[in-house]
Amino acid sequence: MSTVISVSGLRKSYGSTHAVDGLDLTIEQGEIFALLGPNGAGKTTTVEILEGFRDRDGGEVKVLGFDPATKGRTGQIWRDRIGIVLQSTADAGDLTVYESVSHFATYYENPKDPREVIELVGLSEKSDALGRTLSGGQRRRLDVALGIIGSPELIFLDEPTTGFDPEARRAFWQLIRKLRDEGATILLTTHYLDEAEALADRVAVINRGKIIEISTPALLGGRATSLATVSWRDGNELRSEKSANPTQLVAQLSSQFGGEVPELNVKRASLEDIYLEMIGGTYE
Amino acid sequence: MSKPTALSIGIQRGKLEIKQFMRQRESVVFTMLFPLILLAIFGSVFSNSIAEGVTFSQYFVAGMIASGLVNTGFQQLAIMIPMEREFGTLKRLRGTPMPASSYFIGKAILVTLSMLVQVFLLLAAGVIFFGVNLPQSADKWLLLLALLVLGSACSTVLGIAFSNVPKSGRGASAVVSPVVIVLQFFSGVFFIFTDLPQWMQQVAAIFPLKWMTQGARSVFLPDSFATREVAGNWETGRTFAIITAWLVVGLIWAVRSFKWERD
Repeated sequence: MSTVISVSGLRKSYGSTHAVDGLDLTIEQGEIFALLGPNGAGKTTTVEILEGFRDRDGGEVKVLGFDPATKGRTGQIWRDRIGIVLQSTADAGDLTVYESVSHFATYYENPKDPREVIELVGLSEKSDALGRTLSGGQRRRLDVALGIIGSPELIFLDEPTTGFDPEARRAFWQLIRKLRDEGATILLTTHYLDEAEALADRVAVINRGKIIEISTPALLGGRATSLATVSWRDGNELRSEKSANPTQLVAQLSSQFGGEVPELNVKRASLEDIYLEMIGGTYE
Repeated sequence: MSKPTALSIGIQRGKLEIKQFMRQRESVVFTMLFPLILLAIFGSVFSNSIAEGVTFSQYFVAGMIASGLVNTGFQQLAIMIPMEREFGTLKRLRGTPMPASSYFIGKAILVTLSMLVQVFLLLAAGVIFFGVNLPQSADKWLLLLALLVLGSACSTVLGIAFSNVPKSGRGASAVVSPVVIVLQFFSGVFFIFTDLPQWMQQVAAIFPLKWMTQGARSVFLPDSFATREVAGNWETGRTFAIITAWLVVGLIWAVRSFKWERD
């Protein structure tokens, strides 16, 4: 396993605002890594520094072994190895899907076959349609096609499924997993906690310019060991109890009711509950 | 797969720019047909002669060709680039290994082609409908070529530089078009330059369009007309010097101020 992104002590200020305030992060090859955080937490600034769009004020950053602030020919060699899918764009409306994708292929040393990429993102039937005739979801898939045409080792995905219907999101997640299975590392930012849970190997929660925690979705914020809430109906009354040993409690209830427990429900904190608690905790 | 170069990518971008341009009907009409409509109006309204063997149409075509350099370079780019900045086109390109120079090569190809088409259309319409005389000597044609090359280059870099002035893509046309129209009035495109008030002439002399129109007149008007210019001659040397100076200013301004993203 080699390290694809390493960040230590990253700092960036705008005036007197510390957008990123001593951030550390390591992302390994082949991971799908999700960056979570409320608006204004420093997420976008961090990602844009990693993408080479913004300069930093301090700290060490290496992306695929290069400093993303590198310009010129070396910068181009580095850009040849990464793919960036930005937030919603609306450009190239007067070009067909195929024209856009095959044109972007000319920028790279080892591009994928444009037809294959269009097929991969599920736009084959729209190959000859103009960009401006695409739906929001199709438009997003074109963005992804343009981001991956250069066979990138590292892909940045910024809120990739905003505005998707549930079915399109599932299809999109499959696509992301497929790219990872082909060996790419993926850094994802998203507002959807279920998306992070479904896709990410690890998630980082960022707030006020710092990483609060890095963990797997299942373990984040002590989620796996948090108390479970067991609820059931007792006569006319709905009852619930928080328990560290829910299995034991259910067994107890089962013998008490002589089998089936009416309206039994065992619920653990969702990723969203944990996340809201985490970012809420830092707002005094 | 051979390594892509800045030039080969630039040429690909040029093809793409032209393709996109042709598919935008408004831009084709606005950039290409509008000057022809103006020629039709002015050519029909002012059918008089302004000097021995010089019709107003002849004078006006010279001015419109100079304007064409401004329309296809400065105006086109200073409106188009802010929109590309707003739509995220530029940011997306910035995130690829495409060399920045390729983007500008593509724009230069688009400007050159639209400039040539515009000049051709103006000349053709002028000759066919308004009895405009084409230059008779090889020297004059060569002078025209030099003027088109230098003038277009100057207009292109100034358009790229000025693209940082409009605050939004939508507002770009409202910022850029008045600048161009005022310059056209001041520079002797719509009126005989020497008939304009002194102060207007002096303001116009600061900017390149006045010199482009004067250069175009030196190509399309008989040399006998030169005595009726402000200096009493064509000032060809000064014309090229001032356009070159603006080219250099535009280049430095463009390189220092160009932004790939909105702030």
